[in-house]
Amino acid sequence: MAKKLLEMRSITKEFPGVKALDNVNITVNEGEIHAVVGENGAGKTTLMNVLSGVYPYGSYTGEVFYDGQLCRHQGIKDSERLGIVIIHQELALVPYLSIGENMFLGNEQQKRGRINWHQTFQKAEEYMRVVGLHEDPHTLVKDISVGKQQLIEIAKALAKNVRLLILDEPTSSLNESDSRNVLDLLLRLKKEQGVTSIIISHKLNEISYCADRITILRDGSTVETLDNQADEIPEARIVKGMVGREMTERYPTRSRKVHEEIALEVKNFTVYHELFTDRKVVDNVSLKLHKGEVVGIYGLIGAGRTELSMSIFGQAYGIKASGTVYKDGVELELNSVPDAIQANLAYVSEDRKGSGLILSNSIMHNITLPRMDFVSKKARIDKDLERNMAEHYRQSLGIKTPTVEQLVENLSGGNQQKVLLGKWIFSQPDIMILDEPTRGVDVGAKYEIYQIINELVEQGKSALFISSELTEILGMCDRIYVMNQGRIIGEFPAQEATQEIIMNCIMQDSKGEIGA
Amino acid sequence: MNSIRTTFRNNLKQYMMLIALVALVIVFQVLTKGVLLKPMNVSNLIFQNAYVVILAVGMLLCILTGGNIDLSVGSVVALIGACAGTFIITWGWNPHLSILLCLGIGILIGSWQGFWIAYMRIPAFIVTLSGMLVFRGLTLIVLNGLTLAPFPPAYLGYSTGYVPDPLASLELFGVRNTTSLLVGILIAVIYCVTQVMGYLGRKNKGYAVENVWMLIAKMAVISPAVVWLFYILASYRGIPMVLIIVGIVLLAYSYFTSHTVMGRHLYALGGNEKAARLSGVKTKRLLFLAYVNMAFLAAVAGIVFAARLNSASPQAGMSFEMDAIGSCFLGGASAYGGVGTVGGTLIGALFMGVLNNGMSIMGISSNVQQVVKGLVLLAAVAFDAISKNKLPFNLPRFGKKALEGQHSAEM
Repeated sequence: MAKKLLEMRSITKEFPGVKALDNVNITVNEGEIHAVVGENGAGKTTLMNVLSGVYPYGSYTGEVFYDGQLCRHQGIKDSERLGIVIIHQELALVPYLSIGENMFLGNEQQKRGRINWHQTFQKAEEYMRVVGLHEDPHTLVKDISVGKQQLIEIAKALAKNVRLLILDEPTSSLNESDSRNVLDLLLRLKKEQGVTSIIISHKLNEISYCADRITILRDGSTVETLDNQADEIPEARIVKGMVGREMTERYPTRSRKVHEEIALEVKNFTVYHELFTDRKVVDNVSLKLHKGEVVGIYGLIGAGRTELSMSIFGQAYGIKASGTVYKDGVELELNSVPDAIQANLAYVSEDRKGSGLILSNSIMHNITLPRMDFVSKKARIDKDLERNMAEHYRQSLGIKTPTVEQLVENLSGGNQQKVLLGKWIFSQPDIMILDEPTRGVDVGAKYEIYQIINELVEQGKSALFISSELTEILGMCDRIYVMNQGRIIGEFPAQEATQEIIMNCIMQDSKGEIGA
Repeated sequence: MNSIRTTFRNNLKQYMMLIALVALVIVFQVLTKGVLLKPMNVSNLIFQNAYVVILAVGMLLCILTGGNIDLSVGSVVALIGACAGTFIITWGWNPHLSILLCLGIGILIGSWQGFWIAYMRIPAFIVTLSGMLVFRGLTLIVLNGLTLAPFPPAYLGYSTGYVPDPLASLELFGVRNTTSLLVGILIAVIYCVTQVMGYLGRKNKGYAVENVWMLIAKMAVISPAVVWLFYILASYRGIPMVLIIVGIVLLAYSYFTSHTVMGRHLYALGGNEKAARLSGVKTKRLLFLAYVNMAFLAAVAGIVFAARLNSASPQAGMSFEMDAIGSCFLGGASAYGGVGTVGGTLIGALFMGVLNNGMSIMGISSNVQQVVKGLVLLAAVAFDAISKNKLPFNLPRFGKKALEGQHSAEM
């Protein structure tokens, strides 16, 4: 029987009007990787905030025992002193400081307020070696990739003598190889240094890969704890616990009827980087999209998928060097975003908070924004018509909030994503470019989003589906393009494609680059 | 019902400020032993604050674009006054054409600043700081450091006079200026009729409508308030001309921000520039126009203010930008942009105005007044920040985020 490192007993945490946690129990053994899963809003993050002292002792009921001791954390500092370190979903690094400075931020190598820089960077290098990061510790954080930044966060935790490491969605913004890298690091730290981890994640394959035990939360309560060590738990089993029902189909079926007509054709697209104008980010790309077809674009992060789609969408990104766009056989002049919207294209951004939604505006104002002309006469907005339109989309998309006056910033991630989709469906597009349409949303909301996409496509619209999740691409698309380093390097009908074939395609191409 | 509650919550700050304004008026009414709301003083309040309201409305549009402010408005007010003085007093040009010319100069100034801010991407703070120095300097050059006075009546009539009273002989309800009273009643009636028409229209088309009692309550508060204001004005010398200018500005811009596509785009731009651009909003042009508009309104304020002083002075408009910015933030505008209303800004400006006027009547020194105004501004914004968070002060930032996340999950 392994030693209990952490035990949280009947934790209940209430916010005004909301019970975020209701009698939650969780036990973490020393030296294990413990996964906490649940839909968005199930209470995972709140639970971790109780543990790390973000919510001080007394603001919740129930008890936290760490190493056999009752904890009364008043703040983060108290829990860090015990070796509990939390890494939040949004990285907390300062982009204009160096790796070394970041690593000891708040934990400076100092003597009477004077920082010992020599020691700082030397120690930083040691910890970087542990996490397998080979960079100069003087490099500014903004100059390294997100994957490496995540490693710095972990190294930073190690520098605080971590015993219990809490990671809140550590891989949500990483591509598959970087994600694997982080998970392997956790496994290695567990083995070599005995670090216990709690990992929160939506990616079930990652959880079954690295977790020893899995605790499932639903609506603020513990559903069950599964042992993943003894037997491999199938993903469907976890999903069932999360949503409370059996989800046999991860991808809803649609009547796949791809029409003969070509809806969109892109020919010889070449785009240069916005700032580094000599860097080619999209290299002579040509692609076709039929009516009623979902076409996937798969590639690792940095392959140029977003850059390609944004530059098709009225040159919203980069400097276009060459390329033409044909819609229904007619060449389009797309010099600005309004041009693209007028041509009935839609681009659903991958970053809903950064470039998708106006968080401080209401659902109604967000939905009608791309086509204000639909709800206005001679620049005068018909507010009643607008409200009715928005209300229609709120209901048909199942946005869970009582009114369209609600500000988008008050919605959960899944609902925000539906508003983003609704906004672009409202614009009546023929062609939707969906850039990571299910990023950061839970399993249930994902399924609903897939259904929405299917409905649109069954109406004869077409979708360009960009995703970093291969399973999703394989599950949803009729045809798949593979992109690497700005080029299209392969095209597969969905029936022929498998994960292995696609990954191989990318590996072969990358090898070729190095060889040449 | 839900939607009304949500709207109410979204505009909580504004309602709070309105209540605070009413409370402030009552307090000063008591402290000044009834002088504050004497007809003459109300008339004075309008003359004193007209230019602040005009500037604050322009400033609101700039702040909406993303928390950008315009530091140059005080200098533009002075420069426009100087131009008007030179054209009309020194060169003896036609006052009406001179006013048009001055408005044109305002638009030119705005285009200059807007160009650097919107198309050259230089921070508004820096461009308008430069403008503040440049236009103040130009004022001194134009006026050669001297004050020009007086203006001819044709110029002053636009903003310092009162609306003529053809019905003066009637003496209805014992007021001196019957026309004003009738205008007030007319406005109240028009207001009620449009409200009822809108209500019925929506109902007929099958749209969601507010509670009938809400509608009646709204009319029962606003119409008497309007009639009462005009009654007070009627008891003195009638409707100040400048009230018409301010009224037009308020109506036009409140319509613009709430009912037009471009107004909506302004909120989108300030709320999230990238998202607005990807939704087809012409962000650069909008930012440019916000600054053109600001300088245009600063020119209007400059003309009004020069008329009130009845002179073109090189010192005119000192620190007006601060009054305008303060009014916006008091009225609930967000320092990050995308949030704020014309109505709120009016409330903010009136709050500042009543505070100034009340303390002056009480004979509090202007030094102390400044301290009070500064603290009030901080208090209002701090109250907003704290009431939004509803959290103890020592909580780290991500704690707040996580909490919001939990809230939202339940929505």
